[in-house]
Amino acid sequence: MAKYILKRILYLFLTLFIIASITFFLMKLLPGTPFSNQNRMSADQLKIVKAQYGLDQSVGVQYVRYMVGLLHGNLGTSFQFNNEPVTALIGQRLAPSMQIGAQAMILGTVLGILLGAVAAIRKNTWVDTLATFISILGLSIPSFVLAVLLQFYLAYKWKIYPVALWDNFQSSVLPTLALTALPLGTVARFMRTEMVDVMSSDYIELAKSKGNPNWRVVAKHALRNSLIPVVTIIGPMAVSVMTGSMVVENIFSIPGIGEQFVKSITTNDYPTIMGLTIFYSFLLIIVYLIVDILYGLIDPRIRLGNGGKE
Amino acid sequence: MDQIPQIPKEKFKLVHDENNKEQEKIGTPSLTYMQDVRRRLFKNKVAVVCLTLLSIIVLISIFAPVIAPHDPNAQQVTLSNLPPKLGNLNIPGMNGYQNMGGHMVDAYKQAGAPKGTSFILGTDYLGRDLLSRIIYGTRLSLIVAVLATLVDLLIGVPYGIVSGWKGGRTDTVMQRIVEIVSSIPNLIVVILMMIVLKPGLTSIVIAIAITGWVTMARLIRAQTFQLKEQEYILAARTLGEPSMKIATKHLIPNLSSTIIIQTMFTIPNAIFFEAFLSFIGIGIPAPNASLGTLLSDGQKAFRFLPYQMWAPAIILSIIMIATNLLGDGLRDAFDPQSSEH
Amino acid sequence: MDKILEVKDLHVDFDTYNGTVHAIRGVNFHLNAGETLAIVGESGSGKSITVRSVLQLLASNATISKGEVLYHGDDLLQKSDKEMDKLRGNKISMIFQDPMTSLDPTMTIGKQVAEPLLIHNNISQKDALKRAEEVLRLVGIPNPAARMKDYPHQFSGGQRQRIVIAIAIVDYPEILIADEPTTALDVTVQAQIIDLLKELQQKIGTSIIFITHDLGVVAGIADRVAVMYAGRFVEYGSVDDIFYNPQHPYTWGLLDSMPTLDTNEDARLNSIPGTPPNLLDPPKGDAFAPRNAYAMQIDEEQQPPFFKVSKNHFAATWLLHPDAPKVTPPAAILNRYKKFEKLGGNAK
Ligand SMILES: Nc1ncnc2c1ncn2[C@@H]1O[C@H](COP(=O)(O)OP(=O)(O)OP(=O)(O)O)[C@@H](O)[C@H]1O
Ligand SMILES: [Mg+2]
Repeated sequence: MAKYILKRILYLFLTLFIIASITFFLMKLLPGTPFSNQNRMSADQLKIVKAQYGLDQSVGVQYVRYMVGLLHGNLGTSFQFNNEPVTALIGQRLAPSMQIGAQAMILGTVLGILLGAVAAIRKNTWVDTLATFISILGLSIPSFVLAVLLQFYLAYKWKIYPVALWDNFQSSVLPTLALTALPLGTVARFMRTEMVDVMSSDYIELAKSKGNPNWRVVAKHALRNSLIPVVTIIGPMAVSVMTGSMVVENIFSIPGIGEQFVKSITTNDYPTIMGLTIFYSFLLIIVYLIVDILYGLIDPRIRLGNGGKE
Repeated sequence: MDQIPQIPKEKFKLVHDENNKEQEKIGTPSLTYMQDVRRRLFKNKVAVVCLTLLSIIVLISIFAPVIAPHDPNAQQVTLSNLPPKLGNLNIPGMNGYQNMGGHMVDAYKQAGAPKGTSFILGTDYLGRDLLSRIIYGTRLSLIVAVLATLVDLLIGVPYGIVSGWKGGRTDTVMQRIVEIVSSIPNLIVVILMMIVLKPGLTSIVIAIAITGWVTMARLIRAQTFQLKEQEYILAARTLGEPSMKIATKHLIPNLSSTIIIQTMFTIPNAIFFEAFLSFIGIGIPAPNASLGTLLSDGQKAFRFLPYQMWAPAIILSIIMIATNLLGDGLRDAFDPQSSEH
Repeated sequence: MDKILEVKDLHVDFDTYNGTVHAIRGVNFHLNAGETLAIVGESGSGKSITVRSVLQLLASNATISKGEVLYHGDDLLQKSDKEMDKLRGNKISMIFQDPMTSLDPTMTIGKQVAEPLLIHNNISQKDALKRAEEVLRLVGIPNPAARMKDYPHQFSGGQRQRIVIAIAIVDYPEILIADEPTTALDVTVQAQIIDLLKELQQKIGTSIIFITHDLGVVAGIADRVAVMYAGRFVEYGSVDDIFYNPQHPYTWGLLDSMPTLDTNEDARLNSIPGTPPNLLDPPKGDAFAPRNAYAMQIDEEQQPPFFKVSKNHFAATWLLHPDAPKVTPPAAILNRYKKFEKLGGNAK
């Protein structure tokens, strides 16, 4: 296991390196410089600014510099936002994003598991149909549409929650809800398929033949076996929550990294875009790694894989 | 059992030969696989409803120039932000009246619209007819989705087949690439591409397809691996049929269910990405309408003129829901065990 | 003799996409205390459905449309789910066909074996686990104390089937239903499992219903044999009756297709030509008629009743009707008849 994790961490760095390189060169491909539209600057001023960002050097030198910086955890300096280092920007803005992201993931997963399990247990009844319909809605309605609707009705019209504000837990409710739909739908659907499969398996039959009452069959055997694979979709779910958070943060004016990312895009702040891209990828790879390890820990077939006596 | 039934004697004649022929008649008529799939699909009510809805939407998009009542980009600033009005029918919410300072006012009259003017879904801030914009917007979104899906197929299917068929080192290398591509969040790649490329239809398609093919390639590879070991394919291989022929004659038909089902999940994905990009302002450039730009415009005015967002939101959601459900229906139809009735 | 289980006129239907499958069409049998009854028949003949009906462990699209399942005279089909749960795994337990998939992959085997005890008895977890360990030793799992905490994938196929058996017997059931417990195993392991079942039967005195499609296994374990075809029983009797004095042409076919050690004069194996009937639309007459070289017109028109061959031996074929023509069974069967006479029987 330790060897496996080590190998994975090595891959992690390799992947990050490739992503960083691709991002870097893509950004260099861009026509013009980020300052070309600021014609208020004189040629001299431009030169100074360029030198300040190291843009007067050759692309090769810039690349090596950027990579060395990365190794030291330096993601470059923003063109906008008071020329703050990108790492500092991320540092200030990580907490709100993490909060709503984590809330949405947890809420979505828990509700999704419940919904999926109920649908599977009541397979082919109206309960199942309703649950399936809810999960399809969750999967299909984009989070930004949901965000706008929630904002309009729950905040603006009925004044239950703040419209766009970031201070206490109250203000995180609506963005969390908007982001919850997708993980909820995904998990519910996955859980249902998984559990229907498990419920028709031989070992469930055996569990019934032991005299287990229905609730006990579900609680002791079916749930655990269907829950384990749900772990594998945490990764893709994290991606969709990240994606969603970019607009949702924007709509609710939450000072998070998603909002930052969109702002950087609209202001052509390349260092920040680059830095955030690498940071997002890093986050994601870490999530995937953790999920893999977690899966190994909770599934006895993998956990004791090498001790097996097949 | 104890009393022996009385049976006419002649019934005890042996009849062996005839019977063996009889046997052939027994059993339900066997259908070809595709017929069976179609039958199962059409028995699924949800799938049929979705298919019908999607067909209607596709047809409207194809014939948009004929169906749309106005030019989607024609501006009439005097007639901006008019509420929905359906002819002269006096249906609340569809009669051109608007709440202004607590009174219901005929917005059309106020704007000085010529008598008889009516916009079924109202107009936007530039006085463009919303219905026409939605029809054209849907058309553009569908074009993006279809093109992106096509590119997906053109890259993903051959990639998956080659990777699965060759195996060995080729496969390892190709899978590494897939792993790296898929470890970057799709959307980030798409956004990066959109920043680098000029905004527009082609860029969106390229940006979406550049990561989208990965899922398709993965599925196809896994299936090819399985198919490779099937007897008829082994036979074709030992007989020395050229790979290209095996691929087109044996592989593609067997992969078709995977391809069709996956396509049904790629389309909503592409529609989502387009909407997302346009929503944050780096997608389809103005003045063209797509569902994403309409949502984005609608959101800006949502507080006061909610209908401007509701309409595109509903259409977008319907397309997404219907394609997802149809995908489910197709999967069940192709593989009845998976849903196990 | 004491009938502990009696099934009367059992009918089971399945609701399917293509229509209603009449899988079981009037099955009657009983099980005496302490005996082993084998049910044999081709794949799909309804063996599993028959015995699963006893415990009402059927798929959700199944309905028991008619019949009685009398356990000590009590009709189980009238019992609530809760009452059935009290019997399952306690009075009547079941061993399933595939040991590779029958165990919960995420639960330690100690817990799985102890589970029936915890459900049915007022017993502490500790005591239950202790009993589970004893039973695992009884079924021949080496070093059970150390292996209680292992998971199913850490055992071989044969060991897993022993564990499944341990689960079935841990609460000393009166009736043990073994649904092809050896089919998935290789021959030597098969023999070990059969021996184990016999040994356990002696130790704990349970009655066994043993299902198989392999007649070869039957001789080693059963007291009586029932032959099943297309959702009905076609012949039943003692092992000797069925093996050496078979009357139904389907039984002839089954015996003919079975490899034996002592019939080497005709080493060729004959499989029965044709396929079983479609149970969506079961034939009016004898379901075997289309595949039967000895079929008569009446076979197509009317289902044969059971004719009594000897005291405990019955067969449902019109050939036993007094008006039926005398037919000559295949040579291999005639050989069997000879042996029957040597055994002191009175072959027809
Ligand atoms: N869930 C179901 N839905 C529809 N038909 C079913 C279902 N389960 C069983 N059947 C049908 O019932 C018949 C009897 O099945 P059963 O499982 O009892 O056969 P079997 O004699 O045990 O065969 P095997 O030796 O293969 O285990 C088969 O024809 C089968 O097609
Ligand atoms: Mg069976």
